[in-house]
Amino acid sequence: MTIDSWLQTAIADAERRGLPELRPLLEALAGATKALRAADFNQSPVVGLQSSVPSPQSPASSPQS
Amino acid sequence: MITIQEFGRRLRAHKITAEQITNECLQRIDADNPRLNAFILVMADEARTQARELDRELAAGTDRGPLHGVPISIKDVFDIRGTATTAASRVREGHVADRDATAVARLRRAGAVFIGKTNLHEFAFGTTNEDSAFGPARNPHDPARSPGGSSGGSAASLAAGLALATMGTCTGGSIRIPAAACGTVGLKPTLGEIPTDGIVPLSRTLDHAGPLTQTVADAALVYRALLGEPGAAMPAPAPVSGLRLGVLRTYFCDLLDDEVRARLDEAIDRLRTAGTVIRDVEIRHAADIAPVYLHIQLADASAYHAPTIETMPERYTPAVRRRLELGRYVLAEDYARALAGRDVLRREVDAALADHDALVLPTLPIPAPLIGSDTVQIGGKAEPVRNVMLRLTQLFNITGRR
Repeated sequence: MTIDSWLQTAIADAERRGLPELRPLLEALAGATKALRAADFNQSPVVGLQSSVPSPQSPASSPQS
Repeated sequence: MITIQEFGRRLRAHKITAEQITNECLQRIDADNPRLNAFILVMADEARTQARELDRELAAGTDRGPLHGVPISIKDVFDIRGTATTAASRVREGHVADRDATAVARLRRAGAVFIGKTNLHEFAFGTTNEDSAFGPARNPHDPARSPGGSSGGSAASLAAGLALATMGTCTGGSIRIPAAACGTVGLKPTLGEIPTDGIVPLSRTLDHAGPLTQTVADAALVYRALLGEPGAAMPAPAPVSGLRLGVLRTYFCDLLDDEVRARLDEAIDRLRTAGTVIRDVEIRHAADIAPVYLHIQLADASAYHAPTIETMPERYTPAVRRRLELGRYVLAEDYARALAGRDVLRREVDAALADHDALVLPTLPIPAPLIGSDTVQIGGKAEPVRNVMLRLTQLFNITGRR
């Protein structure tokens, strides 16, 4: 699920549940989720769909480096 | 207030009794708690009874060790048998603990006197102690300011001399943040080192329990008791000269109040003068700390609270309820990503510690905030108080490292 579609769905659900005050919090969470998904420790089965930075398993991004 | 070490010396020299120090704490509570709101429950009768019994034990030749007769306050998320564990929430109305949390049981065996249960941010879900069913606890150094949180009442009780030590819990900084805000020592042990059963959880994967004390030596004494080794000999202090210290600068010093930066620089200068070997180190994924923490903590907290958020949402304070509702929208795939990030950060902290005896960083980027402030100015920019207060501590809950 993309972050945009998740955010739209979450805001609609919160409003349906009578919690419109969640909107700014959901927007802030969306920003954090965007950062999380952009982190270079995420992997994808298809090269090019993952973050442009190598995964932590590769020597270049080893935490020890 | 005297330290635990000094009290122990006087106790064994027959210059003070457990009952006397307990009464002194209770008198101070009577005088100062209306101003500080540090305690949810004052256990005056039980504490006096405990203290008298411990005095009798000592007179009869039974010495339980360094915590014998020491009045300690307990954050109101720990079960103490026969008392309510409110977690500063109306959700917990009617609860009475039928047994001690393991940490409390160990302190009891070590001879601690339980003076009362302290205020906190509701369900430990906040850094300022403002959202509590019992009203905010206040900072003894300036009651207009927060004592930090979530263990704010604990830190306030210690800093005001209402107890000789106190117990806190920590999910993202809730021991170290109030300790820094109130000028005390706060020890977050390694994850899992101190049992958390009998403690109301915030995040079962991030929660820690540990002491706040007046001195580092006192922290060691309470820590030993919490490990179940109250009589163990204290290790000799390591010589400062030659210690290898890694200073975390990138990210950790990017957003600091000027006064905090000045105090940090002073401390590093003093450490260098004392002969430590200091060099800068980096946590490469430091910028990912907050998103990793947020997705784990929100989801964990919401999982625990899901039943009562459904059945009694009105009993939560509004801000805590909103954050618990927010956590219900964290996707499983993002929780999994956060767990992957947690592993990476743990390895990076371990790598930083491999070449150093300790890491050096400030605890709070700001002085204790004014109660009621949502934002704070740093470098001419308004930043959310909650984000700023958690910024430097949450890494060590994610990684579990001390």
